[in-house]
Amino acid sequence: MTKKLRTEPRIEDPDDFYAGLISLHEGLDSEQSQSLNSKLILLMANHIGDRQTLDELLALAHSYRPQE
Amino acid sequence: MRGVRQTYPFVKPTELDSPERARAPVIIVGAGPVGMAMGLDLDRHGIRNIILDDDNKVSIGSRAICWSKRVLEIMDRLGCGERMLAKGVQWNLGKVFFGDEKEPVYGFNILEQEDQQFPGFVNLQQYYVEEYLIDEIDRSALTGIRWENEVVAVEQTDAGVTVTIGTPQGEYKLDCDYLIAADGSNSPVRKMLGFEFDGETFQDHFLIADIKMKAGFPTERWFWFDPPFNRGQSALLHKQPDDVWRLDFQLGWDIDREEELKLENISRRIRAMLGESLEFEFEWASIYTFQCRQMDRFVHDRIIFIGDAAHLVSPFGARGANGGLQDVDNLGWKLALVLNDNAPVGLLESYNNERVIAARENVLNSTRATDFITPKSTTSRIFRDSALELAREFEFARRFVNSGRLSVACVLDQSELNVMDSDDFGGDLVPGSPALDAPVTINGEESWFLKTIGKQFTGVYFATDGTQAPDGAAKLEADAIPVKTIVVATGDETETLVDHKGILEKRLDGEPGTYCLFRPDQHLVARWRDFDLQAVRSAVAEATMHTHTTDTT
Ligand SMILES: Cc1cc2nc3c(=O)[nH]c(=O)nc-3n(C[C@H](O)[C@H](O)[C@H](O)COP(=O)(O)OP(=O)(O)OC[C@H]3O[C@@H](n4cnc5c(N)ncnc54)[C@H](O)[C@@H]3O)c2cc1C
Repeated sequence: MTKKLRTEPRIEDPDDFYAGLISLHEGLDSEQSQSLNSKLILLMANHIGDRQTLDELLALAHSYRPQE
Repeated sequence: MRGVRQTYPFVKPTELDSPERARAPVIIVGAGPVGMAMGLDLDRHGIRNIILDDDNKVSIGSRAICWSKRVLEIMDRLGCGERMLAKGVQWNLGKVFFGDEKEPVYGFNILEQEDQQFPGFVNLQQYYVEEYLIDEIDRSALTGIRWENEVVAVEQTDAGVTVTIGTPQGEYKLDCDYLIAADGSNSPVRKMLGFEFDGETFQDHFLIADIKMKAGFPTERWFWFDPPFNRGQSALLHKQPDDVWRLDFQLGWDIDREEELKLENISRRIRAMLGESLEFEFEWASIYTFQCRQMDRFVHDRIIFIGDAAHLVSPFGARGANGGLQDVDNLGWKLALVLNDNAPVGLLESYNNERVIAARENVLNSTRATDFITPKSTTSRIFRDSALELAREFEFARRFVNSGRLSVACVLDQSELNVMDSDDFGGDLVPGSPALDAPVTINGEESWFLKTIGKQFTGVYFATDGTQAPDGAAKLEADAIPVKTIVVATGDETETLVDHKGILEKRLDGEPGTYCLFRPDQHLVARWRDFDLQAVRSAVAEATMHTHTTDTT
């Protein structure tokens, strides 16, 4: 199966987006941040929708788990 | 608290005094809903059997309340479906609440399809279902229950199984060709034989209380996540007949069991949930930890496991008894064919394959629901709560919310007994699906399609001309494994089955000329646009493992 996940640079004005992402969490403790992140992930996941893409994302994320 | 409903007397078995050992084709261990249904199902297939139970009463604790449409259809063939429908409480709405908010996060409707005899679910106390089964068993010449007959040892040889039975008046032995273990989740038979029961126990406790109250709550399934009356935990409210309500409080892992079971403490919980001035009586209360487990294999030569003995699920999704009763439906006709030398032993392997897959599906669904209700980590709980929060606004997030995925009929689409379609078919079924019901008239009387199929292989033929059966239908009826043909008339000739609303034709995609072959458990085997005697015969051979070379390991 050809990969569907796109990892080349795609976001316009990345510095601006990045700053927005960080400022979203300003003043939150880590549990509040985690809660916010989880909502963001669920919303993004639904926006992507495509199961193959989502599975590739999960697999890629899995590769960043700390080694035992 | 409700007392024991009735005790059933121990009757001294004649074998206790007789030096000769009696033999039955089938012995069933356990008179729970699944074991009793098994006895009746074998009765309907003409197989004599004995049901042994170590106890003398029906189940008393708070156990199954939700019975699925498929199970009602199965129970209908055992003579209990209409009683369950008449006594049971019908419901089709569920609501999910979250946190302090009085309004539900969302509601769902389980109504699957209209124009079927049985609804998606009825709620009914398990003891009623068991009593209906006992009534039917009392009428049977081929099956019967021996109360206070405890199986204490089993020994399997090539020729059969010998069972040692303990009774209040001493021990005796019985021989059988096949032993069916329906002895529940702690299955002594499974333990005697040393078989594994792999899976997990959830680190959580649930207080299940059945109370009697005259309350104006609607007949809906209400489920709360993190409500003010049970902070950080879940709760459930569901109606049963006789003004009995099922309440379920999640308690967490570290609890003082004895303290929690004190009636004043349970009352306090109930009043916090339903109102301080609530008047109610206790029916039953107990505390459970839930498990999801299953055996690797359900068939071990001449010993076959069914129901909770073979697979255990948490109640979220009502897949316990509803799963076990589908085991019964699957096994009965196969065992009957094998015992009558009409099919090779390999057919029993298909029970194993089909029901192991079905159990996996039930275990998977129940495990996921329990994980959602009892998150195993902080992160899991955070995601759960986020999904619930988003669910208020977004439909997509509601699909993540899992308070139990309710039992639906198992589609055996991976079964080796199916014949793949060679013609084009639409409609609601695929080979392996259980048939769908439809309103029909038979001899001019209103009835239901599912009442006409089952028990034996049945072909449903959509006539091209009046009520004319296809050439060769009579031959099929005379085969070693007979196939009954039912003709769906083209017009409204009253002497046969008439699809007067056209619903059956739509559900089976039955253009004129179509022939659909159903197994004795009403699952679709094969279908053709034109009747072909040889094709039907080879499909029957396929569905009874006559054409397979099997390796039974
Ligand atoms: C709180 C709760 C809620 C539930 N809700 C639902 C629901 O809504 N829907 C649903 O489908 N399921 C539900 N279930 C599951 C359901 O109760 C079980 O799946 C069902 O009872 C299993 O039936 P069974 O006949 O396999 O086993 P059991 O009912 O456990 O019967 C086993 C029988 O074997 C007998 N026995 C044991 N050992 C021996 C021996 N050595 N010799 C002779 N006899 C023996 C026992 O006495 C017993 O009568 C629920 C369960 C619980 C706990």
